[in-house]
Amino acid sequence: MPGSVPPKVAVRGSNRWEYTAVPRWVFALAVIGAAFILVPLIGMTVKVNWANFFTLITSDSSRAALWLSLKTAGISTALCIIMGVPLAMVLARSHFYGQRLLRSLILLPLVVPPVVGGLALLYTFGRQGLLGKAMDFFGINIAFSTTAVIMAQTFVALPFLVLSLEGTLRTAGQRYEAVAATLGAKPTAVLTQITLPLVWPGLLSGAVLSFARSLGEFGATLTFAGSLQGVTRTLPLEIYLQQELDPDAAVALSLVLIVVAIVVVALTYRMPRSTLRTQLAGP
Amino acid sequence: MALELTARIDHRDVEVALTLASGETLAIMGPNGAGKSSVLAALAGLLRPDTGSAVLNGRELFNAGPRRNWVPPHQRGTGMLAQDPLLFPHLSVLDNVAFGPRNAGAGRSSARATAQHWLEEVGVPELADRRPAQLSGGQAQRVAMARALATDPQLLLLDEPMAALDIHSAPLLRRLLKRVLAGRSTIMVTHDVLDALVLADRIIVMDRGRIVEEGPTAAVLGHPRSPFAASLAGLNVMMGALRGASVLTGDGVTVTGRLADAGTPDGDPCVAGAPAVAGVAAFSPSAVSVFLAPPQGSPRNCFALAVTELEPHGDLIRVRSGRLAADVTPAAVAELGLVPGMDVFFVVKATEVSIYPA
Repeated sequence: MPGSVPPKVAVRGSNRWEYTAVPRWVFALAVIGAAFILVPLIGMTVKVNWANFFTLITSDSSRAALWLSLKTAGISTALCIIMGVPLAMVLARSHFYGQRLLRSLILLPLVVPPVVGGLALLYTFGRQGLLGKAMDFFGINIAFSTTAVIMAQTFVALPFLVLSLEGTLRTAGQRYEAVAATLGAKPTAVLTQITLPLVWPGLLSGAVLSFARSLGEFGATLTFAGSLQGVTRTLPLEIYLQQELDPDAAVALSLVLIVVAIVVVALTYRMPRSTLRTQLAGP
Repeated sequence: MALELTARIDHRDVEVALTLASGETLAIMGPNGAGKSSVLAALAGLLRPDTGSAVLNGRELFNAGPRRNWVPPHQRGTGMLAQDPLLFPHLSVLDNVAFGPRNAGAGRSSARATAQHWLEEVGVPELADRRPAQLSGGQAQRVAMARALATDPQLLLLDEPMAALDIHSAPLLRRLLKRVLAGRSTIMVTHDVLDALVLADRIIVMDRGRIVEEGPTAAVLGHPRSPFAASLAGLNVMMGALRGASVLTGDGVTVTGRLADAGTPDGDPCVAGAPAVAGVAAFSPSAVSVFLAPPQGSPRNCFALAVTELEPHGDLIRVRSGRLAADVTPAAVAELGLVPGMDVFFVVKATEVSIYPA
């Protein structure tokens, strides 16, 4: 009917036909793209030795690696939040000379090979490094310790949180914050009562991405922290090692890592949608 | 004086000086981009003027002079209400209104009691438990009003509070504002002449960053001295050079009328040989007659024009031609066979035209 307005939001499950301007060949390429990601997962799953699966993933070395991975990824995610939230706020809200350069440099770990990141950390915090020498003097030695694992993970994961949160902060704008200030809220109160609740979805998805990146960290960890069972040998390092010694164990542990990733992603998507987004979309 | 402000904001080319008496409501009007909202933002502390100062009830809000002083927004005691209610989407209506009292140090229950009181004041106590997303535009603006009032601001800043409301909600909110603004020092930016008439004691007209007109609302609208104020009052306005009791417009048309006596600047601009002074001719659309041929006799102004638009205006038809308008009866429109694009003559008696030095 001419003049009728289609609903803004498609009702889930409704089979209302709607014109889309996507050519068919785009669908074909999209299918190939999806298959490229999904088929290898299936390929690995069929390789799993189900008879010994439980024994393989509960061996001492496996459990040590899994526990170490979860622990270090959790701590590095917390560090990413503690450092990344202020960083994202400064980048999104203030204006200063060299801001664009700073943003590009902070995002470097996204594009630099993790091995290079690991080397950079080693030559900074290692025994012979820029800061490491001074720290060694005070009896602090970071390289090849669990602390080094956490630092390597934080190094590669921090940009994910900053990037995600900065985008959300920019989208949310400063208008609510200005209103809160005119209502008498001090800057810290505005941050905790207005800004953070409003950007909560961005913070959450940034934190999940950081956690996932930390969990999968390999190159920087191996370079800066080495591979000591129970101390620095996280799950990806264990998988790489087992690939040589016991391929069945490597496959089983890989599946565990995938399941953990799926659980994390699913939990994020089950979270209630942003109150801001529902507000903006209207009733 | 409750408020004394002088401010220059360089990057927006805004320069204003204004005062506000205690309990007075001042309306700021003007075309888009005139700098109206910048004035409010400077008072709220959301914009930093390059020069000037503001004193609210004896307390300095900012001073950009040699003795630099800057009070941050949260310590200013200025309440702000914008076109968009901007209710915090993650808080209930009650907690939105309680936000100010809470941050002023009130306990949770006392802040909520204050909030409930103000929700009753604005007539929506039943909305307390709703989420902002569940409110209509008019309801949300009432809640935003309650939220601003709950902090008991010394100065209330309203930035087109009714601009986003539909035709049914606006009168309700206007009535509410009339009640709550009584005795409250308020500066209100508005595009609606009705707001200015109903709510404001005094009006300021801004154009291109400067105050071009100022005075009691009725006086400004009754004797508009700026084209904007005249158009607000619904008058036709022609600008040009003042020649005695006539205005010579840029495209060579002469409009003759009565020289308005009110507020003629020092030195009579009518003296021959005086440098050209800008003038404004204003006349009501109802004073304009429409003819198909130029009439003869009587000292009348006659403009040859083409009709651009016809629209209903009360019981009459408003005939528009560019920036000029004539109100004629539907019978006259039918008799003359007026249609857009037609060449006509707008005729207005000189006694109906007010001429001002601009």
